[in-house]
Amino acid sequence: MITYSFLQHYWWFLISLLGGILAFLLFIQGGQSLLYSLSKTEDEKRLLVNALGRKWEFTFTTLVTFGGAFFASFPLFYSTSFGGAYWVWMAILFCFIIQAVSYEFQSKPGNVFGAGTYRAFLFINGLLATFLIGVAIATFFTGSDFIVAKGNITNQLAPVISSWGNEWHGLDALFTVRNLTLGIAVFFLSRSLALLFFVNRLNNEVLEARSRKFLWYNAIPFVVFFLIFVIWTLFSEGFAVNQATGVVTMEKYKYFTNLIEMPVVLVLFLLGVVAVLGGVIGTWITPKFKSGIWFAGVGTVVTVCSLLLLVGYNNTSYYPSTNLQSSLTIFNSSSSFFTLKAMSLVSLFIPVVLVYIFIAWRSMEKKRINIQDVNEDEHAY
Amino acid sequence: MSLLDASLVDWSRAQFAMTAMYHWLFVPLTLGLGLIVCIMESLYVKTGNEEWKKATQFWMTLFGVNFAIGVATGIILEFEFGTNWSNYSWFVGDIFGAPLAIEAILAFFMEATFISVMFFGWKKVSKKFHLASTWLTVIGATISALWILVANAWMQYPVGMEFNPDTVRNEMIDFWSILLSPVALNKFFHTVISGWVVGSLFVVGISSWYLLKKRETGFALKSIKVAAIVGLVSTILVAYTGDGSAYHVSQQQPMKLAAMESLYSGQKPTALVPFGILNPAKKSYKDSVDPFLFKIEVPSLLSLLANREMNTFVPGIKDILDGGYITQKGTVALSFDEKHARGKAALKSLEDYQKAVVAKDTAAAKIHKAALKENYAQFGYGYIDRAEMMIPSIPTVYYSFHIMVMLGFYFILLFIVFLWKQKSIEKQKWLLWIGVLSIPLGYVAGQLGWVVAEVGRQPWAIQDVLPLQAAISHISTYSVKITFFLFLILFTALLVAEIRIMLKQIKKGPVAE
Repeated sequence: MITYSFLQHYWWFLISLLGGILAFLLFIQGGQSLLYSLSKTEDEKRLLVNALGRKWEFTFTTLVTFGGAFFASFPLFYSTSFGGAYWVWMAILFCFIIQAVSYEFQSKPGNVFGAGTYRAFLFINGLLATFLIGVAIATFFTGSDFIVAKGNITNQLAPVISSWGNEWHGLDALFTVRNLTLGIAVFFLSRSLALLFFVNRLNNEVLEARSRKFLWYNAIPFVVFFLIFVIWTLFSEGFAVNQATGVVTMEKYKYFTNLIEMPVVLVLFLLGVVAVLGGVIGTWITPKFKSGIWFAGVGTVVTVCSLLLLVGYNNTSYYPSTNLQSSLTIFNSSSSFFTLKAMSLVSLFIPVVLVYIFIAWRSMEKKRINIQDVNEDEHAY
Repeated sequence: MSLLDASLVDWSRAQFAMTAMYHWLFVPLTLGLGLIVCIMESLYVKTGNEEWKKATQFWMTLFGVNFAIGVATGIILEFEFGTNWSNYSWFVGDIFGAPLAIEAILAFFMEATFISVMFFGWKKVSKKFHLASTWLTVIGATISALWILVANAWMQYPVGMEFNPDTVRNEMIDFWSILLSPVALNKFFHTVISGWVVGSLFVVGISSWYLLKKRETGFALKSIKVAAIVGLVSTILVAYTGDGSAYHVSQQQPMKLAAMESLYSGQKPTALVPFGILNPAKKSYKDSVDPFLFKIEVPSLLSLLANREMNTFVPGIKDILDGGYITQKGTVALSFDEKHARGKAALKSLEDYQKAVVAKDTAAAKIHKAALKENYAQFGYGYIDRAEMMIPSIPTVYYSFHIMVMLGFYFILLFIVFLWKQKSIEKQKWLLWIGVLSIPLGYVAGQLGWVVAEVGRQPWAIQDVLPLQAAISHISTYSVKITFFLFLILFTALLVAEIRIMLKQIKKGPVAE
């Protein structure tokens, strides 16, 4: 039987899955952040841009879908976080605006600012967007300073439901070290995934060898910062919710307890981490192994998805506030039963979407890309 | 709690309006050029004529340049609902968010997937697969317009929802009435087809330039033929759906119609003013100053268009605020004062309901809930203190509407002449110049249409339910000012780059493709 609680859990699962897919697709941003260091010649740079440029829209679309799905399924998060942590979200958005035009415009004559500017835009997007998204997601574990008071709607002079508790409007997340560790981890993860993608997709021995070498410098910091964040989080206090009263309290080792109490999530988390490490280590030790991106990609999706399940399920606040009783849970912030049900029917189309993405992707990726392909393509960037 | 800065509403509006207007510079061309590209590629696949392929690839290049910047401005619009209209996002997110999510799942991925095949797949997939990808990209873009327009139509005509005092928000109770609302369907067709007009004007104009320069003659003639036919059919459909839009406005948003016509006092029957110059001395709806310095009237026509009956009453601004007239539904219209009192009562009932729930007084909660339900239709009026706040900017709405309509008729004439003179068009330099100079007019008409729709419904975010001042985010005005100027600079810089790239591509022409 489909209950309201089931739908709330189902939609949190979809949000978590989208979050995982988004984290994987951030390899585009990671690749952009490597534009200047990985390539030494113009041809190499062009090859990297064109390899990434045929996929950038997937990351962009997933981000839009992530936002849209959050708006539809948990609108109180949308209104509280976006309206409150204004500057963090605006900074992320700026990073994505400058990315959207940069692929198309950079090689076109008359582009006013020159190819260098658009490549710099791609670099900025790669550098900042990954870090800031990581920091923003870390606040799901560490909390933010906001107040939710739905009753305020009747205050005719200040009918404000959600308010941020300080004037930093989201930039305050940068003052929490644990948030920074996830930001840095996501940044290095995106670069590591990009390098695995290049190993898999490029038909260029020099770039492939360099990508394998660069993997060391990026995967190790990723693992270090990721472990710091995970261990710190698992053994910190978490935001627990009393199911009967809805009262939020701080609970020791809450996220660790969640892992233990949700063995499926624990297994998924461990499998995800192993797959990421397997993809990376396999690429290091086996020169002919080129499929690391698929292992690490699927591993990223599963790991991030399970981390988000950890923070949303098992009576936990997924968007906690330092004003504890304002914290958001999948129960107090979701859309109505009717809306979740209607959207769940629409979500049944997701497999169809995945099938046509697979078909189109496969038809376009029959062989690996080299500089000759780029030079012969009339629409190349 | 600190009071909200009054200028915050204005800056939030300005930022959203600016983003939307920039977005609407790019989207109509995507929709219109997309359709023309689809038709041309279909002709190529059917005939095997390489000329059609050349034409398809040329217009597709311009489509690509335009598409990217439309995507960039679009993402900002989506997130600005949260960043700048936070109260709104909660108050109606249960209804408004759903179309947005469906749009992302069903439409955006279709576009994102197949646009890659469309641009890079010419040598990688079969002709038919490529053609299907082009159509799916354009269909994806059109479906994405459907969902956001459904959401916008719902803001103008909220249906299929019920207010829940426990969650303090409106909740969806009938998905199909939202999706199939006559306002939504009409808005979708009117808006999307207006994009086809913009695309047609663009193709006709640029092809005319080639003919003036005596370049790419075969390509230009082919392009003009396709675009002029698409343009003529589209403009006629836009006129038809425009009439439907105005009818729905008259039924659901009478104040907007009164502003569109600068109608202060209604009559039975009411004349239409197809052309008139407003009197700047008209300062208040209460004074007796004639709203027009000059006007040409067509007797009874506004009654016919607004109510589908000649001898009927169309309320003016004063009638709407004073109330007391008989509406088309046969009810007596409430005055602003009465609506305001009911809105206040609704707010008070909600407050009392919340107190009763906290006190666990179920009997009192039941009474207050019933009182709230009784007055909820006027809920938003509780936030509005003065009747004057209900009147949108009359000159802005009036002139925008009339210029848009005039441009619509001009486009019909233009496309007819282009088709009529087709055989000798290379010799008709005057017509070719008109074609070139008409390119921006399609954009002007589209922008004015949105001005009518959005300025005309002020002060509402959601008609009658949520005014703007109750919809905004609690952020400082200076934050919004900073982002406003950052977006303005960035969008303008990108627009300049886009125009220059387009001009270069056009100069280069299809031969060099």
